Amino acid sequence: MIEVKNIKKSFDGKVVIEDVSAVMKAGQCNLIIGSSGSGKTVLQKCIVGLFEPDYGEVLYSGQNFTEMKGEQKTEIRKEIGMLFQGSALFDSLNVEENIMFPLSMFTNDPHKKKLDRVNEVLARVNLPGVNKKYPAELSGGMKKRVALARAIVLNPKYLFCDEPNSGLDPQTSLVIDKLIKEITLEFNMTTVVNTHDMNSVMEIGDYILYMYKGKKEWEGSKKEIIFSKNQLLNEFIFASEFLQDAKDMRMLEETGKIPNHRNMDLMLDKDTPPIEDTSEGE
Amino acid sequence: MTIFNDIGQYLLMIKGMFTKPENHKMYWKEFIHQCTEIGFGSLGIVAIISVFIGAVSTIQTAYQLVSPLIPPSTIAQIVRDTVILEFAPTLVCIVLAGVAGSRIASELGNMRVSEQIDALEIMGVNTKTYLILPKIAAALLMIPLLVVIAMALGIWGGRLAGTMSGIISGNIYDKGLLEFFVPYNVIFALTKAYVFSFIISSVPAFYGYYVKGGALEIGRASTKAVVVSCILILFADYILSALLL
Repeated sequence: MIEVKNIKKSFDGKVVIEDVSAVMKAGQCNLIIGSSGSGKTVLQKCIVGLFEPDYGEVLYSGQNFTEMKGEQKTEIRKEIGMLFQGSALFDSLNVEENIMFPLSMFTNDPHKKKLDRVNEVLARVNLPGVNKKYPAELSGGMKKRVALARAIVLNPKYLFCDEPNSGLDPQTSLVIDKLIKEITLEFNMTTVVNTHDMNSVMEIGDYILYMYKGKKEWEGSKKEIIFSKNQLLNEFIFASEFLQDAKDMRMLEETGKIPNHRNMDLMLDKDTPPIEDTSEGE
Repeated sequence: MTIFNDIGQYLLMIKGMFTKPENHKMYWKEFIHQCTEIGFGSLGIVAIISVFIGAVSTIQTAYQLVSPLIPPSTIAQIVRDTVILEFAPTLVCIVLAGVAGSRIASELGNMRVSEQIDALEIMGVNTKTYLILPKIAAALLMIPLLVVIAMALGIWGGRLAGTMSGIISGNIYDKGLLEFFVPYNVIFALTKAYVFSFIISSVPAFYGYYVKGGALEIGRASTKAVVVSCILILFADYILSALLL
């Protein structure tokens, strides 16, 4: 479990994160969502220790990570795996060497054992037989999967993913999302994913934290997000007409009412009786 | 104020390099890799420059020594001392600042921009120790060796040009090389080479490691690293000459 308490971070006097607190549980996909520039990445970098917060604490399984120094921090970091937005694979190393790197650095296992582990995680991310390829020879989706394999090779307790679907087509995004979800459940990891992809939110989000201009605007589950009355959150998640219609349909199914004036002609049968307008006062 | 900020950050980077390696084998592997890159990667250009510097020195020295009272072997003495004292350590290191320095800055800059350094940090690797220390250690080992090779090739280049153009015979050149030889000059040249090696590796590492932005900034950092390294080499050259000669 990761606890974030009153995190504040500013750059050159400009506050980027202000008083953000959250509890991210193990065995769950915890999503940080928000539009570009809302502070998702800075918050995640504060949690993993790449940025030092100006104020507040980050606790990993009850241990205060913010106050730790040198080797203590290194020990926690060995339990962290991270999938970066741009994959961050080492250009000069091939896939096998990239994934083997953490094993070579932190274990004294013989080469055969390390190679077996590399093949095991490559198979886990459905990418066998690419051991000798270099990052430049891989597609965006393959790079993400290799980076995910590298992130989990040491069996970390915490997995961080920064915009895992950026630059990927919807089908590949779904594959990556499912993989993250499966790995989280399989290894009971505490997974923290930064995203602004609503498909990911509905696919894997167990706990969702919505950031707006550096502040925590809303938190809840993916079931709650659909029915949320938070205007800013709704503006963000239902920016797409399709998603708004989907929400309206769900509301109609569950309550028999649609809470706004939206035109549902395309989605409703012509014979359906007129819908009661419940938008007043919202 | 930026210059003081940069100096402070540079010193902190140097201090941050000296931590216990996570795995000696991996550091050794990286050190050998850097030795290959810096040493063998620059050998060709160093060889070409050295031979031509020696050759040009011989021809130009002969051109200026017009008095019949000065023996021709003096040409060899002058070429020897100029190559050992100045051309081999200083000129070669300025070229290496361009070759190896820009490579170090752009490699680290690219790693920073593409989050590879962050990825190493997250794994728990001390990136200053793992990425910068092997580069500086490799430069301290390989660059003085390149300078020694440059000395030999420079003097040989001078002999080749002298004999080929008929300015001086091989025997007289060899005799001149042994006359009034001061071994301290070699020690002085190697001292300079060590100081320059540190500048060539640490300054570009600093500019590459702390780069912010994208591809454009990597290019700028690389250029700045080479310019600053060259200025510092020339400055150190003057200081060392004033102190040690």
